[in-house]
Amino acid sequence: MAKVAIIDYEMGNLFSVERACEHAGLDYFVTSDKKALLACDAAILPGVGAFCDAMASLNKFDLVSPIREFIASGKPFVGICLGMQLLMSESEEFGAHEGIGIFKGGVKKFTTLKNGNYKVPQVGWNSIYPPEGANGLWHGGNSPLKNISPGEYMYFVHSFCCVPDDKAIIHTLTKYEDVEYCSSVSACNVFACQYHPEKSGARGLEIYRQWANIINAGGQNE
Amino acid sequence: MAKNIRIIPRLDIKGPNLVKGIHLEGLRVLGNPEKFARFYYENGADELIYIDVVASLYNRNSLHDIISKAAREIFIPLTVGGGLRTIDDIKEVLRCGADKVSINTAAIKNPGLIKEAALKFGSSTIVVTIEAIKSGDGRYYAYTDNGREHTGVEVLEWAKKAEELGAGEILLTSVDREGTGSGYDIQLVKMVSQAVAIPVIASGGPGKPEDIVDVIKEGRADAVAAASILHYGYVVSDEFSIEKHGEGNLEFIKNRKTFGLIKPSSLGEIKSALTCSSIMCRQCVAAKGGAA
Repeated sequence: MAKVAIIDYEMGNLFSVERACEHAGLDYFVTSDKKALLACDAAILPGVGAFCDAMASLNKFDLVSPIREFIASGKPFVGICLGMQLLMSESEEFGAHEGIGIFKGGVKKFTTLKNGNYKVPQVGWNSIYPPEGANGLWHGGNSPLKNISPGEYMYFVHSFCCVPDDKAIIHTLTKYEDVEYCSSVSACNVFACQYHPEKSGARGLEIYRQWANIINAGGQNE
Repeated sequence: MAKNIRIIPRLDIKGPNLVKGIHLEGLRVLGNPEKFARFYYENGADELIYIDVVASLYNRNSLHDIISKAAREIFIPLTVGGGLRTIDDIKEVLRCGADKVSINTAAIKNPGLIKEAALKFGSSTIVVTIEAIKSGDGRYYAYTDNGREHTGVEVLEWAKKAEELGAGEILLTSVDREGTGSGYDIQLVKMVSQAVAIPVIASGGPGKPEDIVDVIKEGRADAVAAASILHYGYVVSDEFSIEKHGEGNLEFIKNRKTFGLIKPSSLGEIKSALTCSSIMCRQCVAAKGGAA
């Protein structure tokens, strides 16, 4: 069975990610060690907190290059919440910061995308749907969202969101107040989402289950 | 555009039991919290809040078993509070599977705890609970220890301070309305919700789904906590069965008698009422064995 690394870089509670992996029947373990990571068949980068702290922490554990190497090797890789944002090339959170840089693009605060009188962070449930004209996107390839219906509710907690340069990698969109933004990306072996499937009830667990199928088949997302 | 409003069942825990009081006093035993939590999870609860209602008074009481168990089968955010005094207390509850913690007494005694906890665990993990009582002069003051201890701190001032220190959300309970079914204190909720940029969870008082609509529309609540209205709704439902509950005041559970003002309701009924009033919320089909 494929071995899955949950990357622990001291940014947030991994409990629910572990429980969801367990539920999906994944053979997982938690690690901060780059050698252990590179020896795995798949990896999850979770995380809550601030972008710059997270990059500092990844650097402290010397995990940035190993994560790039892991992704370049073509093994399945998942980023969740802050773990999605870190895959971008830069963030504007409290000043400009460089990310892991798998995807070209920025991480921007809701309020800089559209000024409005609404609360940030977004805390709560919201719908995910495919970009316009891409209705078959979740079903065509080997998407973890294969069994998810467009419009399904997922749980979000965030003040910043990803703005990828390459719109073709956008896998779902979500609208908070009057801002429509990219809530997940998918490209080759990488799937990353702003929402927390592990906190999104039975439908969220279905994403883990589908992802487990992809990993155990040794395949890629698309 | 608007956002989806969260409906959050609030589970007050005393020892092994789910309890419910009025004005946070006179606790009656309602049953096994695990059963209630599971029922709510399967029927569309957006999150769950657990409060150990006696922990502040009698020092720490172990909620850990209840949380550990819940976190293994319930995949929505769990907030846990009651008697958390230190960074280590918070760490322990998070390790049991809580996603967020709520702090009140300890935060008022030492506001620096909010900042320290927010830096360590992330703002989104830290919910500051404010137990508000309206005084004779019309001002609202924060209380601790389940509405027993007067602090002299004004609610509005404290809410702004909590936000500034890094709280991710505010759980705002009206002790005056709590358990009465007379509706949320809309004036209180509106005052706080408009003054802070973080989400405010209204708590205390709903007796019918319309009260929830009102606190969202008029009070600008970002989320609502509800207890009696849902607990009684479950107890009077066909799916509820009475078991052995050990010690405590069992009168309610034996008689299944609710208060005149409280109209027992289900999550589905509440969400339908919201939808009818054009309030957005997560629609959820009741899923038997939701986690399966």
